[in-house]
Formats: sequence, C-alpha cells, structure tokens
Amino acid sequence: MRYNTRHKKEKRPYNIVAALVVLAIIMTFMVSIAANSRSTALRATEDEIIDDAVKRDSVKSVAAFSKVYSVLISPRCVNCHPAGDVPLQGDDSHLHTMFPQRGKDGKGILTMKCTNCHQPENTPGTHTPPGSPNWHLPPADMKMVFEGKSPRELAKQIMDPTKNGNKDMKALIAHADDELVKWGWQPGEGRTLPPLSHREFKEAWITWLKNGAYAPTN
Amino acid sequence: MATINLKINGNKHRLDVDPSTPLLWVLREHLNLVGTKYGCGVAACGACVVHLDGEAVRSCVTKINRAADKEVVTIEGISEKGDHPLQQAWEQIDVPQCGYCQSGQIMSAAVLLREIPNPTDEDIDLAMSGNICRCGTYLRIRKAIHLAAEIQQGTK
Repeated sequence: MRYNTRHKKEKRPYNIVAALVVLAIIMTFMVSIAANSRSTALRATEDEIIDDAVKRDSVKSVAAFSKVYSVLISPRCVNCHPAGDVPLQGDDSHLHTMFPQRGKDGKGILTMKCTNCHQPENTPGTHTPPGSPNWHLPPADMKMVFEGKSPRELAKQIMDPTKNGNKDMKALIAHADDELVKWGWQPGEGRTLPPLSHREFKEAWITWLKNGAYAPTN
Repeated sequence: MATINLKINGNKHRLDVDPSTPLLWVLREHLNLVGTKYGCGVAACGACVVHLDGEAVRSCVTKINRAADKEVVTIEGISEKGDHPLQQAWEQIDVPQCGYCQSGQIMSAAVLLREIPNPTDEDIDLAMSGNICRCGTYLRIRKAIHLAAEIQQGTK
C-alpha cells in the first residue's frame, strides 16, 4: 500500500514531463508553421522539391544567393539584362553606343540586329564586338531585368516562372551551363570577369536553389 | 587556308582564303569590289555594311566562313543600273559630302525600306543610328530615305 502510494506520487512528475514534451513539440511545430507563413521564402512547387531533393535551409540558401547576386549584377551579366530596351556596355554599364533596340525577340530590329555586329565568337582585339552563337537580350514580353534590382527582387524574379522564361528548377539549374551565360567567363579582351569563377558561381547557384531558393530580406 | 564558296551580287566565286579573313577584305582585296568601305574596323561606324542573306551585316568583323554559301549583296549589286530608289533619291537630294560612309548608309537604308516601306522619322533614326557620317549629312539622309520610299511606292 505504501509502495502503491509512493508509486502514484512518483508517477505524477512523469505525466507532467510527458505533457510538457508533447506541448513543446506541438508549439515548435506551430511556431514553425507560423514562421513559414510569414517568411519571405520562395520555393519551387512541392513536386519539384521532391524531384530535385530540395532541402529547406534558409541560412544556407540566402548565403549562397549573395554570391550568386554578385555575379548577376556584374557587367558581364547585367549589360544584357538592362532596365530599358537598349543594352549596356563596358564595365561602367553605359548605354550601348548606336542605341540598338531590344526588339520583340530580343535580337534587335531592322538594320540593328545583334548578330549584324556580334559574331558567333569574340572578335579579336579590344573595343571589338564580343560574340557567342546566340547573342541576344531577353525578349520584350519577358525582359528579365537585372539592372537596379535588389537581391530580394532578383531572387523573387528568378523563381517566378512568369518572369524567368517559364523555367522550372531543372531548367534553372541547367541555365548555369547555357552557352551565353558561360560567355561571361570568356568575354574577350579588355573585359573584366565576374567576381566568382564559373565553377564557384554554379555551386552557389545550385546551393541556393536546392536549399529552398529563399529570397534575402533586402 | 580553305576553299570557300561565295555568292556575291548573284555571281558565284570559289576562293582559297583563310576562313577567318573578314568579308570586307575578300570583297575589296580579292574581288575588287571597292564600293564597300573600311571605316573603323570594329563594327562601330557602318561604312562596311553589306547584305548577308538580307541582313545588314558589318563586313569588317564578319569572317568569310560565315558568308560561305550565303547570298552577299554589296553596293555594286543593289541595282543593275544604279537606279535603286535610294540611289535615285541620293542623287536628287545630293546627299553625300565626302561620300565615304554613303555606301554603308544606302545598304542599311535598303534593309529599312524593305522592312518598313514608308518609315517615319523615328523608324529612320532607329534604323540608321549605327551608321556614322563624319560630315553630318544626317538630315539629308533622312530626307532621301523619305523620298526613296515615295519612289519605291510609285508616288513620286
């Protein structure tokens, strides 16, 4: 009897601990849901997350995007992602001389088509037209502007299929190896390189995407 | 060296030439078609414009291998008797001063008139902004393009 009484007395703290543990788990879960709903996270669809084994790690993702951003706003990228309809030129990203226009398909207009001057490869020498087989700007109906975008704005734009050329996660990852993207690391004489190597850029790009493609808060 | 087949102003040519030779060099040095001019050499002035499959390319930076088996038209081939509407308009308005840039100007304007038969001033400015004239004949060029449009449409 004594034993039983003592036993009952000892059991009570276990019940309280168990209840607290359950409560803590529930609260953690609820806080997590609340945080996620408030967060600025940009994610691919659930299917894509499963397909591409995305693990959500906002810290890792945002840190990787800061590296990605440093490349995207470098002159080698931003010059062909202008806010207006005239491409930019040079390391100071001034308006392209002759003011060639974007055109509907991003390949120029009339006598001023990109490939009228830009060859399938860089023209030798300084102050000569750089080149790649598919030289162009983004098309008029999806301008994919980089110029003037904050890290947050750019991250959101890249993950929005209505603004990124209808690219899903797989296509975005593949885009790092696009021939025109890779031209940025072989820009010809007299042009500075992006701040990261292509290998570093691609690694950061995939890290950002595969960890949830979170947008920085600013 | 490589053997390159070219079609220039309707005539076929077969040349042994370094495939990286600029089209302009081939036109002027190999084929003696000297109406197309060398200006800046870096695609910045428009003096060397010719048509490559109908596009107004800059021949100073266009390698000859890009022109292989394509249609090239130079100022010598834009009309048989020098009577293209643009050539008539150029003469009537007396556009050139020194004349050095004019073949490039006409070749660019020809593409414009093909695409927009009745261009506005804005169309002309957008299309011709890559052709520089050191003598500053821009206003006469614009006027001549309007006149050529009328000649082309038979209203003048």
